[in-house]
Amino acid sequence: MYLCVVEPITTMNRIIEKTHFSENVVKLVVEAPEVAKARKAGHFVIVRCGENGERIPLTIAQADVNRGTITLVIQAVGHSTRKICALEAGDTLTDLVGPLGKATDVGLRNGTVVCCGGGVGIAPLLPIVQAMKAAGNRVVSVLAARNKDLIILEDEIRASSDEVIIMTDDGSAGRQGLVTAGVEDVIQRENVAEVVAIGPAVMMKFVSLLTKKYNVPTVCSLNTIMVDGTGMCGACRVNVGGKTRFVCVDGPEFDAHQVDFDEMIMRMRAYDPQK
Amino acid sequence: MAKTTQGRDAEWREELRAAMTAKERTAIPRTQMPTLAPDVRVTNNMEVNSGLSREQAVTEATRCLDCPTPTCVEGCPVGIDIPGFIKNIQRGAISDAAAVLKRTSALPAVCGRVCPQEKQCESRCIYTKMKKQPVAIGYLERFAADSAAAEAVDNSSEAAERNGMKVAVVGSGPAGLSFAGDMAKRGFEVDVFEALHEIGGVLKYGIPEFRLPNSVVDAELDSLRRAGVRFHTDTVIGKTLSYEDLLNDGFSGLFVASGAGLPRFIGIPGENYIGVLSSNEYLTRINLMGAGRQGYDTPAPTGRRVAVVGGGNTAMDSVRTARRMGAERAMIIYRRSEAEMPARIEEVHHAKEEGVEFLTLCNPIEYKADERGRVRSVVVQRMELGEPDASGRRSPVPVEGAIEEIDVDLVIVSVGVSPNPLIPNSIEGLDVTSRGTICVDDNLRTSIPVIFAGGDIVRGGATVILAMGDGRRAAASMAAQLLNNE
Repeated sequence: MYLCVVEPITTMNRIIEKTHFSENVVKLVVEAPEVAKARKAGHFVIVRCGENGERIPLTIAQADVNRGTITLVIQAVGHSTRKICALEAGDTLTDLVGPLGKATDVGLRNGTVVCCGGGVGIAPLLPIVQAMKAAGNRVVSVLAARNKDLIILEDEIRASSDEVIIMTDDGSAGRQGLVTAGVEDVIQRENVAEVVAIGPAVMMKFVSLLTKKYNVPTVCSLNTIMVDGTGMCGACRVNVGGKTRFVCVDGPEFDAHQVDFDEMIMRMRAYDPQK
Repeated sequence: MAKTTQGRDAEWREELRAAMTAKERTAIPRTQMPTLAPDVRVTNNMEVNSGLSREQAVTEATRCLDCPTPTCVEGCPVGIDIPGFIKNIQRGAISDAAAVLKRTSALPAVCGRVCPQEKQCESRCIYTKMKKQPVAIGYLERFAADSAAAEAVDNSSEAAERNGMKVAVVGSGPAGLSFAGDMAKRGFEVDVFEALHEIGGVLKYGIPEFRLPNSVVDAELDSLRRAGVRFHTDTVIGKTLSYEDLLNDGFSGLFVASGAGLPRFIGIPGENYIGVLSSNEYLTRINLMGAGRQGYDTPAPTGRRVAVVGGGNTAMDSVRTARRMGAERAMIIYRRSEAEMPARIEEVHHAKEEGVEFLTLCNPIEYKADERGRVRSVVVQRMELGEPDASGRRSPVPVEGAIEEIDVDLVIVSVGVSPNPLIPNSIEGLDVTSRGTICVDDNLRTSIPVIFAGGDIVRGGATVILAMGDGRRAAASMAAQLLNNE
């Protein structure tokens, strides 16, 4: 008669495809038709795995409106991400809500757009590369990781970039060196209008320091701790230009030159096991 | 069966009044709410108030004089027929008492527990004018609602015949739920959209189990489901579905009850150190996410010495939660004196019984941390009361040189919230105030005629009962508008 359970309006968040990029990095294609339709570059979702699970933010790497799916790339680093990475095709995520945050400010820039991604940061970078290219920009992508195996989505990035520079710590792919070396080369040789940086906080900090030196506007996408992800708890607060801002509703993208990365890095350790 | 059996002129009411003199009634002392012992309750999350026994309730109901002009009703934001339900308790017709409550309140079991009765109905009770303790209206409301729920008496299934119109509600807190219940009764199809993974809003993520058990909220939700209300979790209106999507889906009206949002901080040095967090975050982690309980993934912020900054109900909820999470020293730091505290008197009283320290006339001015950025102390400025401010409360002024440093390892900031920006940011043409609250007219209608709004998204931060009152008023206005336009 009456359905005495809560019905999510979205379908069951079923995983229809799982791919291992590397041992600890997994790509999941998840059924989420409303999110697939509503999302734009820069958006993220909050995901919960298991009835006692934690709410964690994940950026959307790709979406297919026709199939009603979104693609998430997850690196197993803690308890919750390991749980999600252990799911298989056919399993479901207990909860998935989004798209959240503000979309990337995409437009035709007066010069090259350099998109740099570090590790799994390449996944959320992909929709920005695609959108920036579609807006008519010359896009140079700089992908960086510890080694060859951790460079992900290279073909997809290549398809929407005028040039791709690969940097690895060990030289197993592309050039040996840090992401900043690749970005600096591009800045020195051509007119760069904007840099977009997504990756570990430390990487974004150093890209930001570099581009500040050259006075190139830089956008970063922050991956702070969140609980609700809808502007209620304040766990994600960061200091941007001396003001407290909330990553979930004011971000996740900010002017990198204004972000206090040291404070952010400190806050991300809030729940690290204490010695 | 309505008026002659339930009004003040009903035969049984006249008989009850004639059975005892006012002097005899007023000689009965106010009943005491049975509570768990403080040393027991700080070790668990069980409800502190255990509820009146039937005998206690009937005796307390006998105290009510059944005044010809019941001023208590004027003190109730939703105008509950207070003598009507109380006299039904006195005569033992508990399900009738519950039915009287349900006529005006969507969530009586909730209101009986969380309303500030001492500032509302009970403050207007005739006993208060006689300098006696008022009738325990809140305890009786809870008794009637709980008894009806226990006997599975369903007062909500008065759902009218469907009128073929569909309305949407943003948010499943007290405003949204009371709106949904009223609209279902009027024959509308109602869909409630909730951003979180649980229905109930602040009743679930905010108010702790020891003050409002989830089972009480769930019983009210079941009653709404039986009345035909549909709930959708994990759906953010303005993000997952746009206002246009809802119009395309055939919804003819939208009620925005998205509640309070961004927590406020004081803006003092060190506020972003690890271990300084908002009461919203603290309570959400523990109440909604189960942080700190065996088998739950969400980490719990814990501390041996916990300071909660603020003097409202949320501050009391946080500090009492901290005690239950094992804090050896749990402190309220409040910049005014206890007399100005906005919290319910009962919460302050319970907190003290549980060993919470009250550092009043104390204003935090800085947090200090260790080398890893974990908060280690709070620096406070001692205050004294000066002239009354705009709110009529005497405003605190610093006592020169009276500065102290208190060791803490967790600070919970509970100094209010700003409205949730999601809806105002996502619906074009929706007028908002400079504070970010949605502008509404006397009928709670926004600048877009088919959108109504109520609760904290309009008020900026109020109580459960005021939010529920808004839900009721908005339902009446929207129903009138939609049905007349047909």
